[in-house]
Amino acid sequence: MRLLALDPLFDHGMSWSVFGVVVIKVLVAFAILLVAVLLYIWAMRKVLADMQNRIGPNRAGPYGVLQTLADGIKLFFKEQSIPDSADRPVFRLAPYLSILPAFLLFCVIPIGGTVSILGHTTYLQVADIPVGALWILAMSGISVYGVMLAGWSSGSKYPLLGSVRASAQLLSYEAAFGLAILAVLIQANSLSTHDIVFLEQYGTSWHTVFSDAYWLRTFVAFAIFLIAACAEVKHPPFDLVEAEQELVGGFNTEYTGIRFAIFFLAEFMNVITMSAIAVLLFLGGPSGPLLGFLSPTNPLNSWLMPIFWFLLKLLALLFLSMWVRASLPRMRYDRLMALGWKWLIEIAILWVLVTAALQVAKDQGWNLVLTAVITLAIAVGAYGVLYAAMPKQGEQLEEEFR
Amino acid sequence: MGRLSGFRVTFRQMGKPRLTTEFPKEKKEKPARLHGRHVLNRYEDGMEKCIGCELCAGVCPARCIYVRGADNPIDDPVSPGERYGFVYEINYLRCIHCDLCVEACPTEAITETKLFEFSFTNRADAIYTKDELLVSDDGHAKQMPWELWTGGEDDDTSAWMRVTSPSGAASYEGRVNWSGELGYGVRAPERGQSERVASEEDPLLHFDERDKTA
Repeated sequence: MRLLALDPLFDHGMSWSVFGVVVIKVLVAFAILLVAVLLYIWAMRKVLADMQNRIGPNRAGPYGVLQTLADGIKLFFKEQSIPDSADRPVFRLAPYLSILPAFLLFCVIPIGGTVSILGHTTYLQVADIPVGALWILAMSGISVYGVMLAGWSSGSKYPLLGSVRASAQLLSYEAAFGLAILAVLIQANSLSTHDIVFLEQYGTSWHTVFSDAYWLRTFVAFAIFLIAACAEVKHPPFDLVEAEQELVGGFNTEYTGIRFAIFFLAEFMNVITMSAIAVLLFLGGPSGPLLGFLSPTNPLNSWLMPIFWFLLKLLALLFLSMWVRASLPRMRYDRLMALGWKWLIEIAILWVLVTAALQVAKDQGWNLVLTAVITLAIAVGAYGVLYAAMPKQGEQLEEEFR
Repeated sequence: MGRLSGFRVTFRQMGKPRLTTEFPKEKKEKPARLHGRHVLNRYEDGMEKCIGCELCAGVCPARCIYVRGADNPIDDPVSPGERYGFVYEINYLRCIHCDLCVEACPTEAITETKLFEFSFTNRADAIYTKDELLVSDDGHAKQMPWELWTGGEDDDTSAWMRVTSPSGAASYEGRVNWSGELGYGVRAPERGQSERVASEEDPLLHFDERDKTA
């Protein structure tokens, strides 16, 4: 087994044209992600404006679509200041530590099916590494370093508070996040992102979309994943890291100019990549019904339709993120911690156990419905015991006052 | 659904009409007596109304008006009378648009248009000279490049004059006792107060008339 790549691109060894295909894929993915962030920020501002009966950006370009670009150019030419008390090298490094994981995370996401470029058959993703799911966890974990170091190296109070919140929040939700992914991995029986998509396979016809009932087997994990991913990328209502009313701007208070823009870019890039990961793990990624009247090898079917399905699912999730941003107020910090530790992690663990039991039942040929009912009952009972053992809010206060 | 009802609220807003007026493209209609940028009026024969008495400068609480009067040249008089406003300057960095100058003026020479959309970028532009304030030959205000006129803003420049009696009596009925203006002639009085629709819903109804209807 090759350690680095499962992509059929490398089946016949390396050559200059294979190298060229890799370079093309990297550059295109990079450009797509940057453009996607620009469009996402614009769309988010437009949708938020719609939801607040405003008009939103409408001056730069048609419907204000170039507004983000204009903001970026402005920030690029602004003065960059570094506080006297800052740790200068770390202060300079932190924005890049923040944006790099966002790019690397996107590398393992398949945005289309199997295509041929320059005569080589390849997957439409930058890299299909055998441990893709671990890569996702690792990169989303590493991204906390950018925030943490930014706050710490600023040598200032509010950024430090913001970054401490960030690291606590990310560590708390990383557990639920990982367990939600684990529930999928147990069923997919692979860590490769490409395999996960095509094993969970919604199929290429409308029939399999419903008969497979993949969504039924993962919807609890999906809900946990969405909440935990929101917290991971500091998306409202979990944006305590940069709570303007309390912390000025949080970890990025002391940042100006292009460094600030990079944090901004990384934040929204993370929203896009997390949505893409949710599409990949829970919604079948690029798979979906093809155009029936054309052969499956037709370029329209092999190129366009997978990308179309991927984009459709991604846009639906991104709209959900904007909707959440417009609707929910920021959580109180203790509520955030309580939600993470008292609810999400327990439910995620129990759901992993239920999923594992079902998988074993499937392999052994047991009665699936009976197994599901029994394991769900055990899980609910276990949560009841855990909940009874948890200190309630009133008790906790009494304990502290004593 | 209690906790999630916020989602319905935000989603519903998306289809609703916007309240925003896209300002440079469109303007909202202004009240008839809005205090804006001043004009210096002229009589129908083109003579200036200002007599250089400096009452406006004296009453101005912001001290933004500077007037110097001079004797009219005998062969080519600027205003009908002995003296005329030789220098007339208003500093819009200081003006608070209180309209006291308009009230003080004995000849209805200075009135206010409804224009407030003027954004000068240097001090010299902010100080309007007599040339800039004086209405042009068609009776309309002169338009500076930094002003955004969209029409109608100098139509009722003397609206205040036309509804208020010289003595300030509230029960005054519109009665012409003002002079004509270049480009407009003698303007008709506004409808008298007692002619207003005597309904209780009318918020503009004067309070002692409201007592009468009650």
